Amino acid sequence: MRDFYEKEMSGCSVVGIMSEEGSRFSGELIMKSISVMRERANGLGGGFAAYGIYPEFCHLHTFHLIFEDNRAKQLTEEYLKKSYLIEKDEPIPTRAQGSIKYPPGLWRYFLKFKRKREEGEVAFTEEDEVVRTVMEVNTNIEGAFVASSGKNMGIFKGMGYPEDIGRFYRLEEYEGYIWVAHGRFPTNSIGWWGGAHPFGLLDWAVVHNGEISSYGINKRYLSNFDYHCELFTDTEAITYLFDLLVRKHKLSLEMASLALAAPLWDTIERFPENLKSIARAIRLVYGSALLNGPFSIIVGHNRGMLGLVDRIKLRPLVAARGGDMLYISSEESGINEVSSSLDKVRQAKAGVPIIGELKCLSH
Amino acid sequence: MPISLILPEFKIERDDEKCITCQVCVRQCANDAHIYDSEEDQVYTDSSKCVGCHRCETLCPTGAISVKVNRFQSKQNANWTALVQRNIFKQAESGGILLTGMGCDKPYPIYWDHILLNASQVTNPSIDPLREPMELRTFLGQKPDKIEIDESSEEPKLITKFAPQLSLEVPILFSAMSYGSISYNACLSLARAAKKIGTFCNTGEGGLHPDFYKYGENTIVQVASGRFGVHPQYLKIAGAIEIKVGQGAKPGIGGHLPGEKVSEDISHTRMIPAGSDALSPAPHHDIYSIEDLRQLIYALKEATRYEKPVGVKIAAVHNVAPIVSGIVRAGADFITIDGFRGGTGAAPMVIRDNVGIPIELALAVIDSRLREEGIRNRASIIVAGGMRSSADIIKAIALGADAVYIGTAALVAMGCHVCQKCYTGKCNWGIATQDPYLTKRLNPNIATRRLVNLLRAWSLEIKEILGGMGINAIESLRGNREHLRGVGLTAIDLKILGIKPAGG
Repeated sequence: MRDFYEKEMSGCSVVGIMSEEGSRFSGELIMKSISVMRERANGLGGGFAAYGIYPEFCHLHTFHLIFEDNRAKQLTEEYLKKSYLIEKDEPIPTRAQGSIKYPPGLWRYFLKFKRKREEGEVAFTEEDEVVRTVMEVNTNIEGAFVASSGKNMGIFKGMGYPEDIGRFYRLEEYEGYIWVAHGRFPTNSIGWWGGAHPFGLLDWAVVHNGEISSYGINKRYLSNFDYHCELFTDTEAITYLFDLLVRKHKLSLEMASLALAAPLWDTIERFPENLKSIARAIRLVYGSALLNGPFSIIVGHNRGMLGLVDRIKLRPLVAARGGDMLYISSEESGINEVSSSLDKVRQAKAGVPIIGELKCLSH
Repeated sequence: MPISLILPEFKIERDDEKCITCQVCVRQCANDAHIYDSEEDQVYTDSSKCVGCHRCETLCPTGAISVKVNRFQSKQNANWTALVQRNIFKQAESGGILLTGMGCDKPYPIYWDHILLNASQVTNPSIDPLREPMELRTFLGQKPDKIEIDESSEEPKLITKFAPQLSLEVPILFSAMSYGSISYNACLSLARAAKKIGTFCNTGEGGLHPDFYKYGENTIVQVASGRFGVHPQYLKIAGAIEIKVGQGAKPGIGGHLPGEKVSEDISHTRMIPAGSDALSPAPHHDIYSIEDLRQLIYALKEATRYEKPVGVKIAAVHNVAPIVSGIVRAGADFITIDGFRGGTGAAPMVIRDNVGIPIELALAVIDSRLREEGIRNRASIIVAGGMRSSADIIKAIALGADAVYIGTAALVAMGCHVCQKCYTGKCNWGIATQDPYLTKRLNPNIATRRLVNLLRAWSLEIKEILGGMGINAIESLRGNREHLRGVGLTAIDLKILGIKPAGG
């Protein structure tokens, strides 16, 4: 299937809802929100990421897998067993949904890493190993695709309108503190469940509306750090960039945003001296990570949520707060649909991140 | 048997009805192709002296002169062409190496002309450079792998220290052309234009005339095998230093500025006796391997207190990628790669036309190799060698170059007609000569303006193309080979270039 994939282009709807207090709420809310933006999707892909849905397994790496056949499942399980103890595995519960045709095998695994960091071993981290596992499965096992690989979170996605996908996965039965959703309008019509969004790696889940004209160099830059963009989607590259900049290079989300949606040189000139030197340094070092072209993205992770639009704002993004709730959406209608008591509604500014952070860190 | 078997290369035609015997052509031709006979009050032409620079044709006030290629009627032969025969005649008569100037003129494939660019349609908007900012600013120099920022306090602080960087407003620099190979006025014009545009010119191996010290911030000074004009102040006033190991037009060999070009002024600048030949040895006599190069790089960095980028220029030769990798590891801040079409003031024709590889292929393999090794950020790549237009430059940057050098294009902007006779010192356009009668023909004010115009025009074109691709910063194009497609190339060419075929 991947052989057919050329770089994917799509217009889309995106929405994210989070409780900064960490209170969990059902998936009903986000399904309602994304359904009003049906116009921005074309039934060729929809998906959700939910955080806080597996509290009883919150210390285990949770893999959501998509299998095209049984053989892929067998091979994947054999591969996983080499490095992980499978504490639990089960089919992801679904219900028949008229519009959802020919679903592939959908399975989830709760995994415990076998190997511990050895004395004096600095390079090894569990996260790096998980990343390696995901790359390995996605690249080398025909017909298997890891939809998500974080802890206490999961990605549910497939071919169809997002609200139908949500019903199919029975998302109203889950409760999470962050929900991110995506309705897709791809310009190619190759149907593949793995190609739907959100795109996930570790606890990152990225939904994205737009097309990145810098994809070619972003991809080559990532390959320097052993991230291999196999899916020809911008979203995949964006996810890896966040993982590289934030997890590996230890930049804050604000600083990562200065790299991914770098301010114009003229703007940097007007920054206070301190920030000027930082912004300049970031552009010099992370020029190849700059996401150039129209995009609005919502990024979920275990500790919060981020909304970001490109450096000259070629795509829409609106944010609002109501109580401890943060809403980010490609259209205001998606927010109005689910909340009537909003404190602040504002349009995202070019390159300025909207950041939601969990107040309590128990999750 | 006639004295010479060599027939004229050009044929000067004079329309006697239009000629007013004003003798402009006589005064303009340093090769004495036009002769005035005062007794008969008539101008005659000697086509055998003509080099095809078109100076007389351009300046003739009545349009009486046209210079045409002389197609002598020897029997058609694809193998033993007129040029081949001419060269053999010349060598049979002289017993010497054939000299030539400028870059290789043979019809080798020009890969730029087999690469097409991309543009946005529907799924992402193109950006209009007349309405939106379009950023070409480029920084050359070593970049760290990552950045450390201390964000523990209210005011975030940058911890990572940076190596010195060159800041360019456009990713185009003027290539190395020495004072000696070109005239004072040509050097002055290049320096002034570099300053005005916010880029750099390069001294070549001829040292820097004290008059040009004031353009030091916009000058890259060369340290070549002859070490001409290298002294502490020369290094101190420069923006950056470039160690010249090789040149695309003549990889593997040195240089030779004949004594008759070494005027009093040039003798001071190069620090050699007036009238003596300036011989650059083929190798640096203190560099016999990569570790010696490392020592020279660090000697220059020490001498300039690590305040200036130190680069290395080499010619594109067969195994250029591992060589460049070694130079990066030897500590160079930038590396200049000069392709086999690169120009020169003088080179043996056999070398110019047969040694080296095209810059397109060299650049592609170097960029890929450095990325594979994870060291692409440790040095900037400047490419040179026959960059003819903004399109070539855009394609070079998309293949992976940080910036490009232009030499011939800059000379053409100043009036050069690429007659390839730079080595004679009789440049009628006042560029590649030291004869005061000829050099004063190049008005530095006009030449500066023409150079600035050229860079401005190319920047505008680059911005248009970037905008069409939906990109508004040059760094998003750099190494972005997704925006390139090959036409009429073999599968192997495409693989080496790292680009897809058109339609793919």
